[in-house]
Amino acid sequence: MPLSPEEVAHVAVLARLGLSDEERRRIGAELDLILEHISRLQRADVSEVPETAQVGNLVNVWRDDEPGPSLGQEQALAAAPNTDGRYFRVGAIQE
Amino acid sequence: MTTAGLTAAEMARALRRGDVTPRELLDDARAQVSRLDGSLNAFLARTDELADRQALRAAEMLSADAESAGPLCGIPVALKDVLCVDGYPTTAGSRILEGFRPPYTATAVQRLLDAGALPVGKTNCDEFAMGSSTENSAFGPVGNPWDIERVPGGSSGGSAAAVGAGMVPISYGSDTGGSIRQPASLCGVVGFKPTYGRVSRYGLIAFASSLDQVGPFALSVEDAANGYVAVAGHDPSDSTSLPDHVDDPVSVLRHGVNGLRLGVPREYMGEGLDPGVRERVTEAIAVLEGLGAVVQEVSLPSTDLGLSTYYIIAPAECSSNLARYDGIRFGRRVERPTVTDTMMSTREEGFGHEVKRRVMLGTYALSSGYYDAYYRRAQKVRTLIAREFDAVFETVDALVCPTSPKVAFTMGAIQNPIEMYLNDALTIPVNLAGLPGISVPCGFSDGLPVGLQVIAPRLGDARVFQVAAAYEQATDWHSRRAPIVAAA
Amino acid sequence: MTTQAAANRVAAGYEAVIGLEVHAQLLTRSKMFCPCSAAYTQASPNGNTCPVCLGMPGVLPVINRQAVAMTVRTALALNCEIPAYTKFDRKNYFYPDLPKGYQITQYDLPLSLNGNLEFVVDGERTRCGITRVHLEEDTGTMQHAGHVLQEATSSLVDLNRAGVPLMEIVGEPDLRSADAAREYLVRLRQILMYIGVNDGNLEQGSLRCDANVSVRRLGATELGTKVEVKNMNSFRAVHRAIGFELERQVGVLEQGGTLVQETRGWVETRGATLSQRSKEMAHDYRYFPEPDLPPLQLGRDLVDEIRAAIPELPQARAARFSEQYGLSAYDASVLTATRPDADAYEALVSAGVTAKIAANWQMGDVAALANEHRLALADSGLGVTGLAALLMLLETGAINGPTAKELLAELYVNGGDAAAVVSERGLRRLSDESALAAVVDEVITANQKACDDFRAGKTQALRSLVGQVMKATGGRADAALVNTLLRERLSG
Ligand SMILES: [Mg+2]
Ligand SMILES: [Zn+2]
Repeated sequence: MPLSPEEVAHVAVLARLGLSDEERRRIGAELDLILEHISRLQRADVSEVPETAQVGNLVNVWRDDEPGPSLGQEQALAAAPNTDGRYFRVGAIQE
Repeated sequence: MTTAGLTAAEMARALRRGDVTPRELLDDARAQVSRLDGSLNAFLARTDELADRQALRAAEMLSADAESAGPLCGIPVALKDVLCVDGYPTTAGSRILEGFRPPYTATAVQRLLDAGALPVGKTNCDEFAMGSSTENSAFGPVGNPWDIERVPGGSSGGSAAAVGAGMVPISYGSDTGGSIRQPASLCGVVGFKPTYGRVSRYGLIAFASSLDQVGPFALSVEDAANGYVAVAGHDPSDSTSLPDHVDDPVSVLRHGVNGLRLGVPREYMGEGLDPGVRERVTEAIAVLEGLGAVVQEVSLPSTDLGLSTYYIIAPAECSSNLARYDGIRFGRRVERPTVTDTMMSTREEGFGHEVKRRVMLGTYALSSGYYDAYYRRAQKVRTLIAREFDAVFETVDALVCPTSPKVAFTMGAIQNPIEMYLNDALTIPVNLAGLPGISVPCGFSDGLPVGLQVIAPRLGDARVFQVAAAYEQATDWHSRRAPIVAAA
Repeated sequence: MTTQAAANRVAAGYEAVIGLEVHAQLLTRSKMFCPCSAAYTQASPNGNTCPVCLGMPGVLPVINRQAVAMTVRTALALNCEIPAYTKFDRKNYFYPDLPKGYQITQYDLPLSLNGNLEFVVDGERTRCGITRVHLEEDTGTMQHAGHVLQEATSSLVDLNRAGVPLMEIVGEPDLRSADAAREYLVRLRQILMYIGVNDGNLEQGSLRCDANVSVRRLGATELGTKVEVKNMNSFRAVHRAIGFELERQVGVLEQGGTLVQETRGWVETRGATLSQRSKEMAHDYRYFPEPDLPPLQLGRDLVDEIRAAIPELPQARAARFSEQYGLSAYDASVLTATRPDADAYEALVSAGVTAKIAANWQMGDVAALANEHRLALADSGLGVTGLAALLMLLETGAINGPTAKELLAELYVNGGDAAAVVSERGLRRLSDESALAAVVDEVITANQKACDDFRAGKTQALRSLVGQVMKATGGRADAALVNTLLRERLSG
């Protein structure tokens, strides 16, 4: 089932990805192609198979509650495109 | 005469003989980069001040105690631009990080600095390591040292080309679905992807967290082993880093393969393989058999599901890992009146097409209503694939097969995404199962390098090197250099 | 009908269905996944951050063991089950105060499940189910130019709070009134503070409460349309907001309208909840297992170890107080309201102060002084041991009540050793009969009028005479003895 233009647009908004109409069309077509290929996964019998999220077989990896140094304000803001010198600045929250 | 094109081991011996200094090795490396990079475009940034400091540090380490100074002391290296270096540009090949300088250094890089290595610069790669040709870099493609018109493979194409062109003897890349082994194969160098968790991911810009591993490129298996040991080991800053002891791969390099059981996965020799690649790999397997290895055909039935599994899991993880590039705290930003529009425009202009496509795919695969059909199912098939490897390793000690179904292809030749993704069909399952794998040069097809892949069970990293070294010692492909290396 | 009234009863024919979702910052020293300090308020804006909590490229989280232990402690205190296996997940959404573009939280396998909390609402024992207690990370904070989100054209982001360990305590929709909701929150907060995992500050938001509120016709089994109420940062706000919301929902239904499932914010100044729905796009959090963090398997031993370290909880302690010290249920609950209060009380008693005396003074004068000087007993100049010493002087009769009262007021602020002050100022109680007799006689000769009145039957005249004697002795006289001496002489 190919993705509808609405679905593609919806996913783009979920991903906060601006796309030109041309890009949206192209990616929509490419996703159809890929999903078509991927559909073979549905053939595999995995009814009894558990999921694998990680391959390291590790558990209970944690650290002691020891505070360490922070970067500090200047360093924290150094790479930011828009600040007031103390805070990160962003535009209006509400559309 | 220049040291460009020598192996790290040869350089290390020259350093200890006093024939050359770290400073001279660094100057030769820079000369080679200056001479060739205009056409190769392997480097995105130079780390000159850092390398200069390291050259002094290495000289001191060597004069203090040449023996305890490690094999990378005074050796020029290159770092894929997904590895953070405090204060130096780190872009992951993306416009969205243009001008970004991280305030910290990746653990793997820190270990190289402590070992006295000389980082020459940051190498070009597919944007956020997403690609198999390095054509997805926002800063232009990389040429293959064997044929400038062809791709070096990817995503770590810059690191592979830098070693293949004799700019540095050892470089580092990241391998999520073949991004070290496949470009190594296409550039005629050695490329090693460690067991998942063996090398710290702290400071490695994430593509797909459950698959990413850092590993070395080198001109010889021995150099690759030393390059691996220098960065391997537990790191408390990476919760997925393995606490297990690292078996010394260098000590087994001369153990040979006599009596070792080697499996050849039927599915890896199937259709889709270039005839030339099939021939070289078949010959290589025969060489190993000649060295006393017991070769048998084995089967990994779910191999053809690997690509599909990967193209759900990797995009899903990347769609989340790349959410932090929103133009607020670092990197590029396209200013708009509202926060949402700023984020959307920033990511529209900051990301390239392949990244957008994968972020879209991953977001879709995780979105409500599709999670079970795609992500959950892919996680289950991932289990199947891992179990098939486990089963096979009950009967064989290692697997040998092609690294890439193709030799280096001409830039722009592949437009269809599936066709491009198929370049990683033989490397992806190894990442899904978290296994160690290496690609070692095994000859040429139409004058282009072919790579032999060796795969071992989890934590069998040393065995991978043992098999690769035995093959290397029986052949002389590794001593071949691309013509441009010496051309003056 | 006022919201207060609404709070206590939903209009006839309707039933309130309320569930609270509480977020509590944990009192760890460092953040959830990085070494930055969890005490983020002192630092300059964005000064309490590092590459990890800034969500810089390439960084990785590492679990704070103590945060896990505190969450388990809380879960056990709330009678939850601790599953053998738990993991972290990513909740994906974009917002400027969420650096990574996802929150590390727990989705389908939380640290704990199926607990409950018991409390009393106007005399009635009530039990509210606890769906789950899970662990996650807090977000940063934002300031909106003009302070009204809707009108702000720009906002400022501070990430000092980002990554602070946050516990989410999800309650079942078992609450049936605003009173019940408030009491649930009061008791929950009391427990969190008792076991030392949270400071209980609703105003500053280290403890936050959202409410899911709906109404349904009495007897109806299916739930009504649920409204999520936010921005309630005091017990009073919780009580009023829920009361208002119940009234509003019944009102809509009574007028034949239909309710919309939405999020509404409590606006204190207007005493109303206002819809927060904006043109924002539908949420789809795309939860999936956090690949950067291995799962947790908390063994029996660890859980038992944590359980063993849980202190006696307020309700149990109150019960024991009335049992052991013969206190009324009310006195017992007041004295166990906070752990320091309860500890202080038991310290007084074990120092020898009679249970009743200790209770009266602690709930009376001491509470008043603590309130007046905004200074807890423990931090006062007197301290718990000082108070014990002072009350023992009273117990042994070394000083009398009025003297004790004055000394308490003075030493509470200035501190000092009660016994020493008593002897150097000669404040010991006067109970030597011969010495007092002299004073009594003087008072009688000086107040013939009052004496005649008493003899004439005006018994209250005696009080003024006693007062005169106390005055003449600087309040140190044994009031009882003075009484007897006066009566003897006047009826003589
Ligand atoms: Mg939450
Ligand atoms: Zn931090």
